[in-house]
Amino acid sequence: MTLWEIDIHPAQGLPDSAGQRVAADAADLGLGRNLAIRAAHGYLLQGDLDRAQVEWLASQLFSDSVVERTVVAPVGDAVLSQTPDPAAGSPSLIHVLRKPGVMDPVAQSAAQAIADFNVTVDAVRTLRKYWITGLDPATVPQFGSKILANDSIEQLVMGPLELTELHVGSPHQFQLVTVPIRELQDDALLQLSREGQLYLTLVEMQTIRQFYRDLGRDPTDIELETLAQTWSEHCSHKTLAGRIAYRDDRGEQHFENMLKETIFAATQEIRRRLGKDDWCVSVFKDNAGVVRFDDDYHVVFKVETHNHPSALEPYGGANTGIGGVIRDPMGTGMGAKPVCNTDVFCFAPPDTPADQLPPGVLHPRRVMKGVVSGVRDYGNRMGIPTVNGAIYFDPRYLGNPLVYCGNVGLLPADKAEKQPRAGDWIVAIGGRTGRDGIHGATFSSAELTSESETLSGGAVQIGNAITEKMVLDVLIQARDRGLYHAVTDCGAGGFSSAVGEMGEEIGAEVWLERAPLKYEGLTYTEIWISEAQERMVLSVPPEHWEEFAELCRSEDVEATIIGRFESTGCLELKYDGHTVGQLSMEFLHDGRPPVVRSAVFEPPPVQLLTGIDGAPRPEPQDDDAASILRAILGSLNVASKEWVIRQYDHEVQGGSVIKPLVGVANDGPSDAAVLRPVISSRRGLVVACGMNPHYGDLDPYHMAASAIDEAVRNAVAVGADPQRIALLDNFCWGYTDRPETLGSLVRAALACHDVAVALGTPFVSGKDSLNNEFSYEDEQGKRQTISIPPSLLISALGQVEDVRQCVTMDLKQPGNLIYLVGTTRDELGGSHFALVGGLTGGQVPVLDPRMAAKTYAAIHAAIRNGWVRACHDLSEGGLAVALAEMAFAGGCGASIGLDAAPHQVEATAAPSLETVLMFAESNSRLLCEVSPDDRQAFEASLDGVPHARIGQVTDDGRLTIRTAEDPQSRLILQADVYELKEAWQKPLRW
Amino acid sequence: MAIPRVLVLRAPGTNCDQETAFAFERAGGRAEVVHVNRLLDDPQIPCDFQVLCIPGGFSFGDDVAAGKILANLIRHHLGAVLAEFKAAGKLILGICNGFQVLIKSGLLLDDGNLGPPATLMWNDSGKYEDRWVRLLAEPEKCVFLRGIDGLELPVAHAEGKFVARDPAALARLQDQQQLCLRYAGSENGSPLSYPDNPNGSQADVAGVCDPSGRVFGMMPHPERHIDPTHHPQWTRRPPAESGDGLQIFRNAIAYFQ
Repeated sequence: MTLWEIDIHPAQGLPDSAGQRVAADAADLGLGRNLAIRAAHGYLLQGDLDRAQVEWLASQLFSDSVVERTVVAPVGDAVLSQTPDPAAGSPSLIHVLRKPGVMDPVAQSAAQAIADFNVTVDAVRTLRKYWITGLDPATVPQFGSKILANDSIEQLVMGPLELTELHVGSPHQFQLVTVPIRELQDDALLQLSREGQLYLTLVEMQTIRQFYRDLGRDPTDIELETLAQTWSEHCSHKTLAGRIAYRDDRGEQHFENMLKETIFAATQEIRRRLGKDDWCVSVFKDNAGVVRFDDDYHVVFKVETHNHPSALEPYGGANTGIGGVIRDPMGTGMGAKPVCNTDVFCFAPPDTPADQLPPGVLHPRRVMKGVVSGVRDYGNRMGIPTVNGAIYFDPRYLGNPLVYCGNVGLLPADKAEKQPRAGDWIVAIGGRTGRDGIHGATFSSAELTSESETLSGGAVQIGNAITEKMVLDVLIQARDRGLYHAVTDCGAGGFSSAVGEMGEEIGAEVWLERAPLKYEGLTYTEIWISEAQERMVLSVPPEHWEEFAELCRSEDVEATIIGRFESTGCLELKYDGHTVGQLSMEFLHDGRPPVVRSAVFEPPPVQLLTGIDGAPRPEPQDDDAASILRAILGSLNVASKEWVIRQYDHEVQGGSVIKPLVGVANDGPSDAAVLRPVISSRRGLVVACGMNPHYGDLDPYHMAASAIDEAVRNAVAVGADPQRIALLDNFCWGYTDRPETLGSLVRAALACHDVAVALGTPFVSGKDSLNNEFSYEDEQGKRQTISIPPSLLISALGQVEDVRQCVTMDLKQPGNLIYLVGTTRDELGGSHFALVGGLTGGQVPVLDPRMAAKTYAAIHAAIRNGWVRACHDLSEGGLAVALAEMAFAGGCGASIGLDAAPHQVEATAAPSLETVLMFAESNSRLLCEVSPDDRQAFEASLDGVPHARIGQVTDDGRLTIRTAEDPQSRLILQADVYELKEAWQKPLRW
Repeated sequence: MAIPRVLVLRAPGTNCDQETAFAFERAGGRAEVVHVNRLLDDPQIPCDFQVLCIPGGFSFGDDVAAGKILANLIRHHLGAVLAEFKAAGKLILGICNGFQVLIKSGLLLDDGNLGPPATLMWNDSGKYEDRWVRLLAEPEKCVFLRGIDGLELPVAHAEGKFVARDPAALARLQDQQQLCLRYAGSENGSPLSYPDNPNGSQADVAGVCDPSGRVFGMMPHPERHIDPTHHPQWTRRPPAESGDGLQIFRNAIAYFQ
């Protein structure tokens, strides 16, 4: 048997783009300039093959003779090490290979394609190789791990590859493992929890010890793991759905179940109020929230986070993050068809100097590039448009970036309910089970440290989108043929969670040896808790099994019976006939001891807006306003994200209506996305989001209120009906065992309740990710901890009756009138004006929810009647930024007079009234462009809502802001809109 | 006249099949989405259809290279039946990934002595991009482009750069009027640069037909512009009846009527 290598190089005379890109990445990160790098990719084939066969495969399958050339030889042959650049002297050669067991989709597909030729190979692996000139050989390994590879999934081989065979796993010897927990003292319990990566608290471990003492036996390892998975923060949300004693300036409050009594309670109140018009279908119950769309369909929505895996391996973490959240709608009801994705990321600034990174931290630029490509490659391959998103930057996301991935699905109205039945087969479909992703659920509930990579490497995975697409294709057909009773996704906790949840009310017996494996050697426990991707679990009645299996076979999807639901009330786990675990569903799901956590919030006193040194800031001078505006437009949160957006397919499925980039040059920032999920219908879905971590530093209540207002405002701005907006909450917080940290979260949840009720926008699902902190030892050996700012993402799912009513934010026509709707207050705290000016303090924007509701109803009526030609919300950067964006998106100018703007600002305000009007980030404000013909109708429809005509659209290509519209009044700001656009586009035009 | 039947071929990873079938139905055809495994089991299935369309997506993940694995399946298992389909005067359309499959399978351009005369390779930008482009059509030869001068459609791909094997191969395709769809700038005449030519294609080629004009492959997505609200600037324009892309599907159906 020979191990063959096929290397693919660019054809003679063609540029080596892969090599050039690596050199550019190195230069970006300051890790070497003027490097000459040549790159190739290749395949290792193991099997009884002769040279002629391998050369035939190389030419027929692996290369394209128009643009590529190949080098074929047995591994170890000197010809494989020869540099493709004869002028390069003697470069350093580095190979990059995936570690054994890490998903390699290209190798999988290649193996299948080889089989299509009736050629047999035992194993295929891919590799990349680089010849580098101009680098000190001693620094090559470091260069490799910083630029070329990620240690958590890949290995580097310096010099020629010396490999004789590909490791394909070795047979497993069954051995039952019990854990003698009954005798353990408390400190030993804690040690077991930590070293076994169970991440259970002492009280929980004590409860388990007592349970087994009462049973009169010790647990097996698989029982302990099952309890740890089910009781993990990730799966049970024990902190937020638990007892909390909370205290703030308004007094003390005791929660039995904090989420239920705040966010969930708001939804119940709204549903009660709506009565027979209630349009919620299933909330906080299934894998995603379900609401009514039209007579035939419901829509479902879920947003998840995948923070910790993305910190270690950005590509794989984000890749499996989006892959995982797509399975949530697929596992909701009888299975929804995914119709769009949304993604929100939080990173440290990409220009952070590479030499200032704490140990164990990847450079934020690399994190961002990896995360974006991970989402791109999975979402695009799934054929799901990625239509909405946002990116926030703050240095505190350095060790702990946030990756929120969301998916909306379309569910036939008669397929919302599911119920597994005793006697049904437990069927696993899709990807095979491997050692990847072991301990993902418990790991995501732990704090990251600089050693996390070595400790938890198994929790990092790469996805295979095509496997999931194939699962989706058969799932929808099987659903419509009625071939199963229930379906759920295999997410965190793997089979353990999926079967445990589905069988909760019944009981189940599982035959673990039946699960198809990627390679031999997995223990029964590893099979049970593996979080290998692209798997779904179904409850298939025996009478439909054959038809179901045949359907899967016809599309090459693997389907396997791994057990049966039994009405025993017990979870029985078997391996080759041995009972390896036996747990009562009752103890598993209800045995977790309640914990009372304390939470405290002390509102910080409102400080005057000052410089960081405490000195009052001098008033902006005449020409300052334009440079402040340019600085805000060029700040990372506001700057154009076109580089990211264009890499996502936002139009697949053929329902795109309002794209993420709009305007005369298709590059203005849309407030929200609109799509038609049913291609033959005019009814639209609106997807929007709101988030502002900077307000949270001042007051998490107003941060949450503002985030909800922003999400709703964005949706309304494109035409969503404010009476039909469903919300999701995603809390990413620091270490919530600290009462102050938990207190700030409770404070935000209280706002979610109050504002949702006032706006009539129910929360339908949510998720939290706690303990987002990063610890490391600094140069002095002192332990340092970076906690993320409180980061609440609010996602909004709106609806619009007929998409032809929708509007975009770009100015349309010179001569049209510009209206400002909503009141401006002296609210510059946490603003981008403060951010770019280096100011602290100030009043955070507060929300008047009653006026917000009234405003959105009025705006919606005006939009529906066609009186609004453009509409844009005011958020980061306030009025000036919103005007600039509307102007450059539309290729028009605008002439504005500030004096008409509705405002409530005290005369003694520290910055001038003009500064407040231009840059304050007060909530519930929108700009509308209105044709002079519709002036009266528009104004009448806004009766009772503060609004004023503040100017008009011009054809002079300039944004001009004066104290009043009169051209004689004082000029405050004048700028060419193309210069403003350049300031906005430049920072992230990578 | 019977309604022309359209076979929309899907494989693992195909993802534009539903909207492409919908576009053909909008144009008056009767479309059916069929998995490639069914064709491999029963290669006679295409005989009942007048149009074969390979839609966009990532067949087999585009692993190895875009469209390559499906192209090989066609080349080595379905070559005869599809040659027959072509010879019977029927139509074949490949969109995006379908174009990549057509060109790599030999269905669109006959192999020369050295192999295929042209291919689609990685975009100059090195990444997947979704953006709208202006296109100029040369409607003389290609059935699908009849009556079309110019149109606006989105491209969404990573491997769409058209490259001929050598200048002679390019000239031959040009002489035979096979380079029938090209990227265009905002003003005619000046040489194109990125992003008007979104991927660096030689001669700004966006679509290619075979010498008969009945087999056509294109990188842009006509099925993503059949409704006026598909266009990124529809809110700036007067209401329209339909999107530019619909005519391509109408031409295919009208060919049989």
